[in-house]
Amino acid sequence: MNDVACEFRPVLEVRKVSKVFSTGSHEINALESVSLSVARGECLAVVGESGSGKTTFANMLLGVYAPSAGEMYLDGHPLPARRTLNLRRAIQLVQQNPLSSLNPRRTVGASLKLALDVHRIGDRAGRRGRIAALLDEVGLPTDFAQRFPAALSGGQRQRVAIARAIACEPEVLVLDEPTSALDVLVQARVLKLLDDLRQRRNLTYVFITHDLGVVRNIADRVAVFERGQLVEQAPTAKLFEQPANAYTRSLIGAIPVITDEEEALRRKVLEENDSG
Amino acid sequence: MSDFILDIRDLRLAFKVYEGMTEVLHGISLNIRRGEKVALVGESGSGKSVTARIILGLLHELKTARISGRVLFNGDDLETQPISVRHGLRGTAISMIFQDPTSSLNPVYSIGVQFEDVLRRGDRRISSKSAQDRAVSLLRDVAIPDPERVLVSYPFQLSGGMNQRVMIAMALANEPSLLIADEPGTALDVTVQAQTLNLMRDLVERKATSVLFISHNLGVVREFADRVYVIYKGRLVEHGATEELFHRPRHPYTRALMDAVPRITGGGIPEISESDAGFADPMIDHEVIS
Repeated sequence: MNDVACEFRPVLEVRKVSKVFSTGSHEINALESVSLSVARGECLAVVGESGSGKTTFANMLLGVYAPSAGEMYLDGHPLPARRTLNLRRAIQLVQQNPLSSLNPRRTVGASLKLALDVHRIGDRAGRRGRIAALLDEVGLPTDFAQRFPAALSGGQRQRVAIARAIACEPEVLVLDEPTSALDVLVQARVLKLLDDLRQRRNLTYVFITHDLGVVRNIADRVAVFERGQLVEQAPTAKLFEQPANAYTRSLIGAIPVITDEEEALRRKVLEENDSG
Repeated sequence: MSDFILDIRDLRLAFKVYEGMTEVLHGISLNIRRGEKVALVGESGSGKSVTARIILGLLHELKTARISGRVLFNGDDLETQPISVRHGLRGTAISMIFQDPTSSLNPVYSIGVQFEDVLRRGDRRISSKSAQDRAVSLLRDVAIPDPERVLVSYPFQLSGGMNQRVMIAMALANEPSLLIADEPGTALDVTVQAQTLNLMRDLVERKATSVLFISHNLGVVREFADRVYVIYKGRLVEHGATEELFHRPRHPYTRALMDAVPRITGGGIPEISESDAGFADPMIDHEVIS
């Protein structure tokens, strides 16, 4: 939750990171000199619209590609372009659509076992027990290990994707729109699970989303990206009550809300944009 | 003439499966008055999109679908008429906007060519020149700054928001009396979504077009619709004016749905009970005095 006290020792630090993609004739600055740090146990939300650079940011944290400039550190150690197995273990990913992130021809148990095998977690005999414990931890019955992803609902599949991400005991989870493809009732349950896991395992989250309602209720701090630039970062409550940046205000102002209280907040934020 | 542009009565839909028939719509009755914007809101799999498809007659050619009930459009029961009649209504009297604008436009034809096809459905003898002029003015209505350039562009050369505006302009080109909007703008960024929804609302209000607005997003529904039907597993569970329904939801399912939406004013992650007790309770209609 927002008021969780976390000592500010950055587990993840990003200093003046840029990424340029060349497409033959011209260059695209996907990220321009972004500096951010995330404390252990913190949930940092990264918000922005398509093309804002949030996925590029995630891909660089994960080592999918190297930054064009700047440095990144995990626990004070530099994150190189080529990651060792241990560094790959430390930062894990949960994607938006579990139907495409889980191998359809592998059972749930086999997917989890692969994560344990690759990262050599536990011994051969202990892995079966570990798989059962992981399923239990994400709120799924242990006999789901025998099922294929196609035999699960969207929410159940996302729980499997989360179990796989935590299987190798990571320190940081990068969550890329983890609940955007889910129905609202299912979304609430998966968000609760993510929040519980973070506290239980002292995990650090980089939570990428465009849904500011979700951000308001799960993140400790928010970083707003616009066209490759970090335009604002603030503690969650402050960002919603006193957004400093015009783009942040227009994002908050565009959210379709359902209560009068929210409508009032939205109007207030939009008025500041009109007067400013 | 009937009060209602669309009046659906006891609509049922079943699909033939290996074990027999599976019913997915269990008797839907809903109506839309002239110039009214009515929302059908529910989760995935609740039956909202198939309802829209039945109105257009898109499921009738499917050999595995069994449809019963009445679909009255302008007082005429479409279910008793040949499919050719429904065919004739598509794109003229009834039009539809889909979720993802970029995939509903044809990538190998320019916007101008596709727009001309749309206008020709309304007026078979329209000349290319007047079709072009009309398209320009319609694109201007949806706040496209440079319509001539957009007409010679292909869908993949335009942004998602631009394509959505093109779709809205096309859907309203032949001045339909009913517009069906199935999750419009869900694939777009929030700021773009807000702009296109406002635009669409202004246009349909100006032209007094009736709208059936299908969505899973309660916030968008609250913003757009005059009246709301809530659908759960093929049954309507609650119906009322938008204000009334959002201020005083009464059905256990509607309440759970609203509780589950994270608020931008905070309050924590919504606590949702695992049980769905009461979700199958009878429908609550705010407009029927009980």
